Amino acid sequence: MRFVDEYRDAAAARPWIEAIRALVTRPWAIMEVCGGQTHSIVRFGIDELLPPEIRLIHGPGCPVCVTPVELVDKAVAIASRPDVIFCSFGDMLRVPGSGSDLLEVKSRGGDVRIVYSPLDALKVAQDNPLRKVVFFAVGFETTAPANAMAVAEARRRGLSNFSVLVSHVLVPPALEAVLSSPQRQVDGLLAAGHVCAIMGTGEYEPIAKRHRVPIVVTAFEPLDLLQGIHMVIRQLEEGRHEVENQYDRLVRPEGNLPARELVREVFRVKDRAWRGIGVIPMSGLGLREAYAAFDAERVFDVEGVGGPESPHCRSGLVLQGIIRPRECPAFGTLCTPDNPLGATMVSNEGACAAYYRYRRHATD
Amino acid sequence: MDFQLNCPVPLRHDTIQMAHGGGGRMMRDLLEAVMLPAFRSEALDARHDAAVLSVDGCRLAFTTDTYVVRPRFFPGGNIGELAVYGTVNDLAMAGARPLYLSVGMVLEEGYAIEELRRVVASMKAAADRCGVSIVTGDTKVVDRGKGDGLYLNTAGIGAVPRGLQVGPAQVRPGDAVLVSGDVGRHGVAVMSVREGIAFGTPVESDCGPLHGLVRALLDGGVAPTCLRDATRGGLAAVLNEIATDGRVGVEVLEADIPVIPGVEGACEMLGLDPLYVACEGRMVAFVPGDAAARALEILRATPGGEGAARIGTVTEKGPGTVILRTRLGTRRILDLLSGEQLPRIC
Ligand code: SF4
Repeated sequence: MRFVDEYRDAAAARPWIEAIRALVTRPWAIMEVCGGQTHSIVRFGIDELLPPEIRLIHGPGCPVCVTPVELVDKAVAIASRPDVIFCSFGDMLRVPGSGSDLLEVKSRGGDVRIVYSPLDALKVAQDNPLRKVVFFAVGFETTAPANAMAVAEARRRGLSNFSVLVSHVLVPPALEAVLSSPQRQVDGLLAAGHVCAIMGTGEYEPIAKRHRVPIVVTAFEPLDLLQGIHMVIRQLEEGRHEVENQYDRLVRPEGNLPARELVREVFRVKDRAWRGIGVIPMSGLGLREAYAAFDAERVFDVEGVGGPESPHCRSGLVLQGIIRPRECPAFGTLCTPDNPLGATMVSNEGACAAYYRYRRHATD
Repeated sequence: MDFQLNCPVPLRHDTIQMAHGGGGRMMRDLLEAVMLPAFRSEALDARHDAAVLSVDGCRLAFTTDTYVVRPRFFPGGNIGELAVYGTVNDLAMAGARPLYLSVGMVLEEGYAIEELRRVVASMKAAADRCGVSIVTGDTKVVDRGKGDGLYLNTAGIGAVPRGLQVGPAQVRPGDAVLVSGDVGRHGVAVMSVREGIAFGTPVESDCGPLHGLVRALLDGGVAPTCLRDATRGGLAAVLNEIATDGRVGVEVLEADIPVIPGVEGACEMLGLDPLYVACEGRMVAFVPGDAAARALEILRATPGGEGAARIGTVTEKGPGTVILRTRLGTRRILDLLSGEQLPRIC
């Protein structure tokens, strides 16, 4: 794909690396918020190209990783019912609950299906009127509009056999938590481009001001990331802390207004537990009362379902950038992608998975 | 580190998971834990796509494969062609000239005979194209709901030229690694139909025979040290298998691995890595370094090999490890995949 190639070209990357080198006068730590960015960084070895003063810290931006273990257990309980067709994005299938995961439910005969859009799940519901179809609505602000649309559509069509198990989280409160932490190590932030494509950049302004951190909205290709890092470093060296947009080919300051409106119509903001991290106030989305009939947690009464997390897993620290995956004692020994203790080891965007896949052994 | 697995490895699951058939680490573990210890034989231990057997002074290659694809018809092919080409290709990868095939069918009650006719007709056409005869077969019917319409099994026999040794054990440091064309098409083509996702550019499966390419190499005086067709698990799985079984290191250059835009775009969108996506008509050839240029020339001049490219080199460093030099010039591991590749969320 030309589009992608342009952003992965070594010759095009070199000037940016040089420019970053020329700017840096002292050590800085930059957190990339999104797990997609983490994977790009580790996959292309971008951190190895940077001058030693710059340390990249991996952030909490993997929605699969932060879905509470209790909610995975609820998904497993619902998916195990013979009257249910459980639809999910592929990512969630291998995420360990306290006892089992969705792939295991599938191998035991549960009807677990991978879909690519919540609207596909809606279609499954329409095609199977005698079964109850549940969609695992996981994600950040990015996937919320499509999930809101599926619920709104289900109500419009009067589909009574469709519901969603909601696991939506919001980025700004998480950043607020990371930046307020006494263990904070972060000097600047790369914000996730696709989240901002929906939500715009307005929410980041007060955060940048309050915590005196530069925030640069960045896309996911190596060149995007290098440009974003360059912009953060320039601000840091100049003593500025503003919100800047590297991803202006897609992100508008106001975001996508109709999408935001749809999300507001269907969801409300609520307190939310993050796997490994704990409850962050007003950091999640739940269905509004008007849509309660589509809330799988109510439809199936899974109150009280859910066991404890593995005591060995340090993914909460990994997600907050406090330790790196390899510093977790279980990494690569007790915990591997075949036998994961935490979600960060199996999600496509999990930091532990990225390190296991690309950095497990020294390459020289 | 030396990974010599002599005793059954412990398995995490006590029931079969989908990933046990995915061509990745779990499938390898299953083979090593269950099948290989029970079936142990010299030919099996060679770990090649086809077993090479000596029969009354002749060397025969023998192989079998079972096809459970959904959908049965996809852009660029169908399950019948796949079953013929797949077995022909496994024979060709042992350096053999494919000769005879068997066909086993498991039909589900209620399956349309009209579709069966179409599948059988394309099997015949595919066999003719490869110059092989279908000489024996078997048909079973299972209750409705107990099968997926149609499962196919094909087995094949081919003749191996005198003196030719092709297999992981022959690979040496300095060998060049070639691919016969772009990778990842079959997986994306099947996904686009199965999941009903329309990608910008429609992608056709690369499903096709490879025996012609092998013949051309041999006729042109190039003796490959190892050949493998990239199927499940894609290019990355093949490279890892050869590195492990041949106890060599392999280094490949990302920028030199051909991937067409439609595949790259679809993978980008789904969060998949094209190097792990299945092919059904792509060969990875290991040839001595000094024969690499000649081999490329021959492949490119042969139908099905137009897009051939050299993608890397066999090294002494890190036996069992595949290193990928990224487009940015950094190096990382290209590992065997754990579990199946599952498309991502955002
Ligand atoms: S390596 Fe495994 S146990 Fe350790 S933090 Fe990551 S997921 Fe948790």
